[in-house]
Amino acid sequence: MRFERREQTPAALTVLAPLAAILTALLMAGILIAIAGANPVQAYWLILDGAFGSRLGITETLTRATPLILTGLAAAVAFRAKLWNIGGEGQFYLGALAVSAFGLIPAIAGAPAIVTIIACLIAGAVAGALLLLVPVALKLRFGVDEVVTTLLLNFIVILFVSMMIEGPLRDPLAFGWPQSVPIPDSASLPRLLERSRLHAGLLIAVALAVAIWWIQTRTVFGLRARATGLNARAAAFAGVPLGRTLMLVAAMSGGLAGLAGAIEVMGVKGYVTTDLSPNYGYSGIVIAMLANRHPIGVIAAALFTAVMFVGADSMSRALGIPSYIADVTVALSLLTMLVAIFLTQYRVRP
Amino acid sequence: MTRVLELDGITKRFGTTLANDDVSLHLEKGEVVALLGENGAGKTTLMSILFGHYTADEGSVRVNGETLPPGKSRAAIDAGVGMVHQHFALAANLTVLDNVMTGTEPLWRLRSDRAAARARLTRLSERFGLPVDPDAHVSDLSVGERQRVEILKALYNDARILILDEPTAVLTTQQSERLFATLREMTAQGLSIIFISHKLNEVMAASDRVVVLRGGRVVAERATRETTKEELAELMVGRAVERPKRPPAQPGAVRLEVTDLHLSGKGGAALNGVSLMLRGGETLGIIGVSGNGQTTLAGVVSGLYPPDRGTVKIDGAELRRHDVPHAIAAGIGRIPEDRHAEGVLGDMTTWENVALERLWAPEFSRRGIVRRSAARAAARHILATYDVRGAHLDGRVGLLSGGNMQKLILGRVLEADPSIIVAAQPSRGLDEGAIAGVHRRLIAARDRGAGVLLISEDLDEVIALSDRIRAIVNGRVSPAIPAERADARLLGLMMAGDWDAAREIEAAADKMPEAQDAL
Repeated sequence: MRFERREQTPAALTVLAPLAAILTALLMAGILIAIAGANPVQAYWLILDGAFGSRLGITETLTRATPLILTGLAAAVAFRAKLWNIGGEGQFYLGALAVSAFGLIPAIAGAPAIVTIIACLIAGAVAGALLLLVPVALKLRFGVDEVVTTLLLNFIVILFVSMMIEGPLRDPLAFGWPQSVPIPDSASLPRLLERSRLHAGLLIAVALAVAIWWIQTRTVFGLRARATGLNARAAAFAGVPLGRTLMLVAAMSGGLAGLAGAIEVMGVKGYVTTDLSPNYGYSGIVIAMLANRHPIGVIAAALFTAVMFVGADSMSRALGIPSYIADVTVALSLLTMLVAIFLTQYRVRP
Repeated sequence: MTRVLELDGITKRFGTTLANDDVSLHLEKGEVVALLGENGAGKTTLMSILFGHYTADEGSVRVNGETLPPGKSRAAIDAGVGMVHQHFALAANLTVLDNVMTGTEPLWRLRSDRAAARARLTRLSERFGLPVDPDAHVSDLSVGERQRVEILKALYNDARILILDEPTAVLTTQQSERLFATLREMTAQGLSIIFISHKLNEVMAASDRVVVLRGGRVVAERATRETTKEELAELMVGRAVERPKRPPAQPGAVRLEVTDLHLSGKGGAALNGVSLMLRGGETLGIIGVSGNGQTTLAGVVSGLYPPDRGTVKIDGAELRRHDVPHAIAAGIGRIPEDRHAEGVLGDMTTWENVALERLWAPEFSRRGIVRRSAARAAARHILATYDVRGAHLDGRVGLLSGGNMQKLILGRVLEADPSIIVAAQPSRGLDEGAIAGVHRRLIAARDRGAGVLLISEDLDEVIALSDRIRAIVNGRVSPAIPAERADARLLGLMMAGDWDAAREIEAAADKMPEAQDAL
C-alpha cells in the first residue's frame, strides 16, 4: 500500500472527512459503552440531551466552550508557525492570577466597569504572553527546545499560583480554603443571559477566532507566520524575519491562553484556585489539532469537546457509565481526525 | 561477446505517468553503454528497476541469463550488479573501510574480520587505480574521493556490472577524465558498465554504445563511433536545441562592487577576502567545485547574512543593512541554487510565492494588510508572460515541475526590474528546453542593462552566458578572463587554484583600451 500526495483536495472531502472522523470515534467509543453495559444509542442521546436538552444544558455547554475556544486558538496560532507551545495550562493560570492581583489595585477596582474589565483582560493577556516569550527567546537565542520548557513551566506556574493564593493573595474570608481574594465586582464580565453562568467571554472568544482567521489570511504578518511554519529556510530566503515573527506569534499564543484564564476568573469563578482549570490548557492542544489549526474550526472543535464533557456528566448520572467516556471519546476523535486530515492530503493506492 | 545483462520490455507507471514504456536494453561483457536522456526521460527509474528499488509493472531483468526476482536489491547485488548513486549513500561519520564493509558481513557474527577486509580493499584499489586511505573518515574526503569509495564499495561486493548514475555531476573536468580512465581500466578487466548521463561530451568521450531514452521509451541506439554530438542532442531532445546566441556585451556603469568580503561559519564554506566588480549589461560567471564558497558569496550578496568584514556596494551606495528586504530594495534579484528548499514554499499558493519576498513593498501591502488583488494580478501576469505551465493562482507551487518552478522564480525576480541578478545554479536539474528558456531570459535581462552574477558548476552554461569568468577556490576568487579565451584546460586550471595563466590573460586584457571598460 502506498500513499500519494493529492494534487487538489476536493471541497466535499474537506468537509466530510472530519465528520466521518467524529462518527468513527463515536462508533469506537460506543463499543466501550456497550461493554460497560449500556445502550450506546441511548448514551449518546443522553449526552446530547444533557448538553442541549435544557436551557441550563445549553448555557453550561457554551460556558464550558469559552475557555476551550481561547486555549484552542492559542495552540492553533502557535502550531501553525511550528512553535510548539505546550504551556497553555501555565499561561492560563498566570493570566488568571494576573487578574486577581490586578484587582487589588484600588485605582483599577474603583474605575468604571468597562475600564476595569479592559484593564484586567489586558493584564491577563500580557501575563500569558510574557510567560511564553521567555521560552521562545531561549529557543531563538540558544536553541532550547520549547516543548520541554513550556511543558515544565506549567508545573512551576501552578506551584507559584498555589504559593500566591496561600500567601499574599489569600482570601482571609475563605475559611482557610486556599483561594485568592475575589476580583472587584466592577471586573466581572456581564452575563449574557439571566439565571445562567453564560458570560460575555463567549463573544470575545468568537470574535477573536474570526479576527485571527482574518490576520492569518489577510495580513503580512499572517502570511509570514504561515511561511515560517511551512519552510523556515525558504521563508528566510524570502526575507521573513524569523525571530521577530516567532516572537509575535508567541505573544499572540501566550496572550490568548492568558486571556482564557482571565476570562474564566472574570466570567465564572470570581477568584483563583488551583483547580480553576480542568486541563483547559492541554485540551486546547487537542482542540487545535482537531480543527487542523484553523481558527474557525477551533470554535467547532471546542464546542464538540464541551458537548462531550457537559453531556457525559449528565449521561453518567443516568446510566452509571463513568464520565471518563468523554475523555475517551475526545481522545479517539483526535486520533481519527489526524487520520482523516492525512487522507484529505494523500490518496491511498494499493 | 557474451551478453551479461538484458532488460526486456520494462514498463513502469507512476499514477498516470508512464515512466518506462516497453524499454529493452542489453549489455555485453567489457562494454560501456551510456544511457542518455533529459531529466524525466526515465533513466533513473529504469536503473532503479534493474537494481530492485522498484518493481516493474511488466518486463523482466536477466543477468548472465538468469532472471532476477523483482524488487530485491540483495538479489541484484548477489548477481554481481553494483550501483553508484548520484547522491552518494555513504555514512560520513564512518571510515572508508567501515563504509565498504557495511552489509558484507552477517549481523550476528561477533567479530568482524577487518584485517582481511582491509587487505581486499587495498588489493582492489591497486588493481583498478582507485587510491583511497581506508582509515580516512568519509566526512574528510572530497567529492571525487567519495565517488571512488562508492565504486570500491560496489567492487568489494564482487560487482561485475556497474551502474553509475550521473557520475560526473559533481566532478571537475579533470576528475571526470580520471573517472573515465578508471572505467576503461575496469572494462579491460572484464567488467561491464552502464552510465547514466545527459551530458553529450562525456557520452562521446567515455562510451562504446549509446542508448537514448526520451519520454520513457528507447528512441535510438547508436555505436558511439558512428554518431555525432549533434545527432545525439537531436535524438535526446527530439528537436534541434539552440543554445541562445548572445549579442556582445555592452558594459555600462559599475552596478555591484564587492570588496574584501570575509565570512566564516554561516552558510557552509568560508569567504576569505573576495573582491569583484560587475557592470550593468554584462554577465560575470563564477565557476568552481562546490563547497568553495560560492553559496556563501551568493548568500551575502542576496542579503541572507552580513559579512564579517568587507563591503557590498550597489550602484555606488554601500549596503549598510544586510538583510533581504534591503538587498531587494537596493535592486538585487535573487535566483537561489535550491529551488525547493529556498526558492519557493511548495505548500503555499502561486500568488503567495510571487508576493512573499516583496510583501513589504507598497505594491503588495498597505499598513500591514496584504493587497491580495494586486498580488494575484502580478502572479497572473507572470504565469502568462513567463509561460509557467500547470500553475494555478491558488494551487500549491510544490506541484510544478522544476522548469516551471524556475520560470515562476525568474518571473518574480525579473518583474521587479532588478539592477543586479544573482543567479545561483539557475539551470540545475532542468532539461535542455527549460535551460534554453532560462538562458534566454538571463541574456535578455543583461541586454536591458542589468548586471548578472552567474554562479554555476555547469561549465557549458558559464561559457554560454558569461562575458567574463572567475573561479572561486577556497573562499577567494581568481583573476577574471574574457569568456572568449575560455577553454576546458584553462577553466580546469582556474578551478584547481592555478591562476598564473588567468592572471596573464587578465593583465593582457587590461592593456587593451577597449577591454579596459569591460574589466
